[in-house]
Amino acid sequence: MTNDQIKHAVLQIIAVIAPDEDLSHVKSDVALRDQLELDSMDFLDIVMELRKRYGVEVPEGDYGQLASLDSCVIYLAPKLKDK
Amino acid sequence: MMDKHRRIVITGIGLTAPNGNTLDAFRASLLKGVSGVVPFETRYMGKVLAGVCTYDPLKYQMKKEVRRGTRAGSIAIYCSREAMADSKLDFVSFDKSRVGVYLGITEHGNVETENEIYNISQFNYDTKFWSHHHNPRTVANSSAGEVTLNMGITGPHYTIGAACAAGNAGVIQGAQMLLLDEVDIALAGGVSESIHTFGIFASFASQGALASHPDPAKASRPFDRDRNGIVCSEGGCVYVLERLDHAEARGAQIYGEIIGYHINSDATDFVLPNAERHIECMRTALKKAGLGPQDIDVVSTHATATPLGDIQECIALRTVFADCLNTHFNNTKSFIGHAMGAAGALELAGNLPSFDDGLIHHTINVDHLDPDCALDNLVLHEPRRVRHVTYVLNNSSGMLGINSVVVVKRV
Repeated sequence: MTNDQIKHAVLQIIAVIAPDEDLSHVKSDVALRDQLELDSMDFLDIVMELRKRYGVEVPEGDYGQLASLDSCVIYLAPKLKDK
Repeated sequence: MMDKHRRIVITGIGLTAPNGNTLDAFRASLLKGVSGVVPFETRYMGKVLAGVCTYDPLKYQMKKEVRRGTRAGSIAIYCSREAMADSKLDFVSFDKSRVGVYLGITEHGNVETENEIYNISQFNYDTKFWSHHHNPRTVANSSAGEVTLNMGITGPHYTIGAACAAGNAGVIQGAQMLLLDEVDIALAGGVSESIHTFGIFASFASQGALASHPDPAKASRPFDRDRNGIVCSEGGCVYVLERLDHAEARGAQIYGEIIGYHINSDATDFVLPNAERHIECMRTALKKAGLGPQDIDVVSTHATATPLGDIQECIALRTVFADCLNTHFNNTKSFIGHAMGAAGALELAGNLPSFDDGLIHHTINVDHLDPDCALDNLVLHEPRRVRHVTYVLNNSSGMLGINSVVVVKRV
């Protein structure tokens, strides 16, 4: 996956988890929780969907790596490079 | 005259039934003979017959709330918000710590558990794919708790598990908490999401108690000779209950007063009803109401269209209401099927407008009355107009031998 594809994949997951949110103006370098109504259960949903859709495991200690779209790309790129 | 602080009245009604999403629409369907039973696709079993509700969840919930919660919770929220709006209580400025939520349920958690098992079956039953939402969705207080989250209610909330006697049980619990001065407003009634799990259909099928008919609208046929079982339905009905002095002080409309109730246990069988205990339950409720059986104008029967259950209830009714010339009997399940935890609350609601219009809604689908179910003044085929309706008695019973009766008086 390219970096843009990873961002798109994460946003697709968020669109399901937070269906009331307008995702068209999400900034890549700003924490997702500062832009969107997301709580800890939602982040667990993101982790679950990454597992289901892409077979990616995110250990609890790494949850902070999913804070923004940019940090998602940095963290997920090696895990998704062959996807 | 009893102290008005000790009299409990109904001042708001919110409901969703397979044939109506407001009391007016529900009542109109009952008077017109409109069923709400339709073919319904269920996992593993394919097409079954069910009563399906068509309310708009997004009227009172965000999409995320619907996704995160349960169908029972969504139904409960819709009914509670509709009931509160109907009551015209100034809810925004009302002390939310003095509001309680008491909802009857037949069961809870089967839908969510079945969904999760199906979900992990897609991943070779690896439990790391089991959702973290499972526990909050399956705790037994879930539907009542979802109401408090949605409405910002900080008073008590819980559900009352009472099989198919639960709708009445929710109403009774609400009335009791008002009598104890625990709350000033009770949102009380019952809800059911049961059609969203195959298990309820499969279990009734294995028991030989699942209705079938080429015409879905004719499948639920209590008292008919050719009845062959239960049509499962979803639904909900929530009442705003308050003390009479509180209701009068704010000039509230009053649908009726809860003047008697009772719950008892058969202590005889897991599934088969016991007419003797049912008789005791009705007589005790009448005694608490200070009434004799001849005072009751309408008995809303519980009959579910099982061969044995209907007969047992009719034995009880013939015994309690022997020689009561002005007592009429009807059945709501013939229209909407069996709405489980919501049934008792919905069936009462559909009869309350009789206080104003003097019409007793009928029982549909009785083409050949079973002689063992014959009751004097069983209202069949079309609504019956009477001079007045002052008292309604609402019957419910459920598995494990639980009976519940509520008596409501016109105010």
